[in-house]
This record gives sequence, C-alpha cells and structure tokens, in this order.
Amino acid sequence: MNPRLFPLAATIGIFLLACLICVIQFPYMLSTRVVGNLLTDNAYLGIVAVGMTVVILSGGIDLSVGSVIAFSGVFIAVMLRDTGLHPIIVFALLLVVSTSFGAGMGWLIHALAMPPFIVTLAGMFLARGAAYMLTIDSVPINHVFYDLLDDAYVLMPGKGRLTLIGVVMLLTVAVGMIVTHRTRFGASVFALGGGEAAARLMGVKVGRTTVLIYAFSGLMAGLSGIVFSVYTSSGYPLATVGTELTAIAAVVIGGTLLTGGAGFVFGTLIGVLTMGLIQTYIVFDGSLSSWWTKIIIGLLLLAFILLQKGLLRVTVSKAGA
Amino acid sequence: MTALRRVTPQLLTLAALVALITLFFPDFLRIEVINGRLVGTTMDILKRGAPIGLLAVGMTLVIATRGIDLSVGTTMAITGAIAAWSITQGYGLGGALALALLAGVAAGLWNGMLVAIFGIQPIVATLILMTSGRGIAQLVTEGRILTFSHDGMAFFGSGDLMGIPAPALLWLLTAAGVAFLMRRSALGMLIEAVGVNRAASALAGVNATVLLIAVYVASGLCAALAGIVATADIRGADANNAGLWLELDAILAVVIGGNSLMGGRFSIAASLLGALIIQTIDTGILLAGFPSEYNLVIKAGLVLIILVLQSPNLSQHWHRLRRAAQRRREIAVASMKETGQ
Repeated sequence: MNPRLFPLAATIGIFLLACLICVIQFPYMLSTRVVGNLLTDNAYLGIVAVGMTVVILSGGIDLSVGSVIAFSGVFIAVMLRDTGLHPIIVFALLLVVSTSFGAGMGWLIHALAMPPFIVTLAGMFLARGAAYMLTIDSVPINHVFYDLLDDAYVLMPGKGRLTLIGVVMLLTVAVGMIVTHRTRFGASVFALGGGEAAARLMGVKVGRTTVLIYAFSGLMAGLSGIVFSVYTSSGYPLATVGTELTAIAAVVIGGTLLTGGAGFVFGTLIGVLTMGLIQTYIVFDGSLSSWWTKIIIGLLLLAFILLQKGLLRVTVSKAGA
Repeated sequence: MTALRRVTPQLLTLAALVALITLFFPDFLRIEVINGRLVGTTMDILKRGAPIGLLAVGMTLVIATRGIDLSVGTTMAITGAIAAWSITQGYGLGGALALALLAGVAAGLWNGMLVAIFGIQPIVATLILMTSGRGIAQLVTEGRILTFSHDGMAFFGSGDLMGIPAPALLWLLTAAGVAFLMRRSALGMLIEAVGVNRAASALAGVNATVLLIAVYVASGLCAALAGIVATADIRGADANNAGLWLELDAILAVVIGGNSLMGGRFSIAASLLGALIIQTIDTGILLAGFPSEYNLVIKAGLVLIILVLQSPNLSQHWHRLRRAAQRRREIAVASMKETGQ
C-alpha cells in the first residue's frame, strides 16, 4: 500500500473500531436514527472542516471560521426579520459577504507577508464584532421557507431521518474532494503546502492561490452558517465559539498534516464523525460528564499526531534506505 | 539607547492611543490617592492587564524559539481551579500556591516534551492541552464554580502594596525578573539561537532540547501566576471562562510588540507594551462610551492598523525608499563637489 495512505487508513480503522466498541456496548446505537442524527448534528462542523482542510493543506490556518458562522446566523436572522427578502436571496448575499471576507484575509496574508495565524485572528475578532453590531440577542427565525427546510428529510429504513442539511454536508465533502484532489487549484494548494518557494518555481501563482484558498474557506464558513441557522432556527452572536479549534482537531484526526502538503478531505469527514461518535457515546452512557469529551478528544489528537510522526519516520527512513 | 529605539513604535502607538482616549474621556490620566492606594484608570489598566501581561512574558520566550503556546489560557483555568480547590481543602495559602505553580510546571513540561522530544509542531502540541485542558479543570472543580473566602489568596487579586495593586506589581516584577535573567546572562542569546536555527545551535553546543522544554515550563509558570491572579480576583475558579481566549490576546501582544513569529530576536519590554496596548484598547473603548457591542470591531480595526504598519513588506518598502533617497542625496553631493572643482 502507498505509505501516503497510511494516515487515512489509520483514521478509518480507528473510526470503525470506535463504532464496534459502541455497538457492542449499546446495540441500539446501530440504527439509522443514530446515523441520521450523527450527520445532522455535525453537518455545520463537517462543512466548515472541508474549508479548513484546504487551508491546512496549503500550510495555513483560518481562526475566523467560528466567528463567521455566528455572523452568518445573525446576518440571516436579522435580514429575514427586517427586510422582506426571500431566504434564498439572503443566502446568496451572505455567501458573497463571507467569501469576500475570506478573500480579503487571503489578500492581506499575501500582500503584507503576515502570518495567517495573526491575520485570521484579527478576522475572528472582526466577524464576531460584526455579529455583535447586528444584534446582541438571540434572534429567532420564523419563515415558511425555513419550516420547509426543517421538514426536508428522507425517511431511511428503521425510521432514521436523512435530513437536508446532512445531505448538504455529504455533498460538500464530495465537492471538496473533487476540488482538492482533481483540479489545478487543488494541485496548487498541495504545492503551496509543500513549500512556497518551490511552488513559485513550479509556476504556481502564489498570490492568486492564497486569495482563493481563504475565499474558499470563507465560502464554506458561510455555507456552514446557513446550515447552522437551519439547524437552530435562530441567529445568536455568541454561537459556535471555538468551532475553529474543533474543526482543526477534526482535520488533524482525519489524517491531514498540520504542516501542510499531505492529507485527504475524506479523512476530515471521518474525523468529524469520530468526534460526533464520542459525543453520542457519552450521551448513550449517561453517567459520563460532558468534560470527558474534551479530554478524550485531546487524547485522540495526541494519538493521531504520534501515529503520523511514527509513520513519517518510517517513510523517511524507507526513502533514505 | 538601542533598546529604546527598539520599542519606539510601541511607545508611539501607546501614546497615540492614550491621546485618542483622553480626547473622549478627559480624566483618563488622572491618578488620585484614596485611603493610601493609587486610584485611577491607568492603575486599573495595570491591574486588569496582569493576566495578559504575565502570559505575554512566557509567550515571548516561546515565540523566540519559533514556537507558540496555545495552551496558556487553559493552563490558567487548570491552575486557578487547583488553587481554589486547595484553599477549600484547607491546604492553606502556601500549599495552594505551590500546587498551582506545580501544575503550571507540569503543563509546561508536557508541552515542552511534545515539542522538544517528540518533535511535534508547537501549534499542534499545545493544541492538545488547549482542547483537553478545560476538561481537566472541570474535573478538578467537578463542573461547578468553586468559590472560597481566604484573605491571603484574595490579596493576589485585589490587594495592594504601597498603594500599587498587587496584580500590577506581580506582573511588573515577573517581567523585570525574567528580562534581567535573559539579558544579564547568556540565556536570552541562547534562546534566540535556538529560534533562528535549532540544528545549527545544537551543533554549536547549545542544549536545544533542554532549553526548549525550559521555555515551555517558563510559559506554564507564567500561566500559573496569571491563573492565580484571575482566581484570586473573583475569589473562585471558573473552569469554563478563566483565561478563555487569553492565549490569543497574549500572542497578539507579542506580535504587536514587534516580535517575529518566526523566532529569533525578542524583546520582553516590547511584548509588555503590546499587552498594555491591548488592555488600553479594551479599557479605552469602554471609557470612551462606545456601546459594548462595538468593542470587538474597534479592537479588530485597531489591531489590523497596527499590524499593517508593522508589516515586514511595508517596512521593506520604507527602507527601500529611504535608501533611494539617501543615494540620491549622495549623488547630488558628489555632483556638487564635481562642479565645485
């Protein structure tokens, strides 16, 4: 097997093992209801993690996405409350705003040669602050169209609900896989992650690619915000605090190297589902406190990073031999 | 003299901010003596800035080695929780402080070990403690807000010595002590050497591994002090909110202080000025009477302006312009001499 596939294989293996443990302990977890809920509850996280995967593959980081999701929810809720616009038009407006926001950050990173960490940190403050400026309350969304979106699901055998937002997440992952692994843009992203100087020598347009990467992440954050607003039927400026870190953790658990240049979008989906599974397990168990989630996710992160380190050493020594 | 020139941009920024706030709030710089203690907005900034100032000291050292420590906020939560827990368990002030500092050292050892021995990227290595640390803190407090009443402990949050608030004194002394240690011994230079090129410094005989671990331990200790101050201030440990996002403010303080995230030369004084700038922005926005909803946007705007002004690209252009101007002057002088002859 190609050694580059090892991290992905390990991710999938651990996910299947976790599933097995869960099912042995709680046989009822093996139902389409649990699967449906797993997809629905983690839809927004999965979407934003796709954007984060692309950013991390390029060797960057985007700390602003959690704030952008919160801003999106508030933007949608306030627009629907104060104007007579149809939600679809509001969605389109929002995606334009969030994509240009991401593009702006990408431009700053490239033009000022500043670390992505700092630029997107400022972006995090800015997006959260913009959400506060729109409203400081939780704004409910009451719209016929939202009821329609809420009720859009396919009943799977076993009465599990495959909701619209779950499907949107799966589709986003599929699109993300095509964009990263099958397009010229994706190749440029991997090249950038391998090293900026080398990428430039290869003929990658570094500036354009950087702007596009962060614009893509902004687009995903906006889409995630839409899904989150459907999921909660409200907009709240304090929502999804720290989601950027959960997304980064999902990407790392999914087998993508944080140094950039190696990883898979599909692995990120597995990473998101693994984290969702831990949460579901804790809900099923009932006696474990919620803070164990954080500790277990931390330990999982450690395990994956050490695993990757070990694999890297193995492949390097093989190449050297 | 060179040290002063190094911090000139930060001093100018701070002065501009103070001038701006004084425009909106004329009493900003007034300090009164009430009941033998200094009272005023500037004193308040020094006191409120204690956690971020303390964190910035440790963060400066970590960033100088080309690292980053994302876990300091959660380390604050853990150490604060342990301090509060020890007080409620009756271990006394000495025991509580010792245990809290020990926890800070343990957190630093953990991070340092992952970075220096396992060779994990600092941002990922410290992310592990950042995500799981609040869980550990909640384990200590059992998910509640652990309150206590102990005057000795509360001194670190609200006490004062010779009229100066104890937290302000604590961070100023810590910073002075660390800066003295760094610049009066070879430690500072060795840390810079590791930051510039770890392999080369190791070849030159620097024990980079021990130095890296020590730097993360120092950061953990600073976080422990900050955690004690935060816990003493509210006389309770809040595992969820103590030090929340403070690591980001601390990193920002170091960057505003003009220290490069790529490691190498560092200035603790400049980082502290960065911390003061951030705290002044926070307090100033409130004082200037803006609605609190505007805080984050104004803060983001100001931070962006400061960062753009300090951006390496911009300063390169500036130097190029200056050099070009100088060359033009030299040519002019030379041609004048020629015509004179």
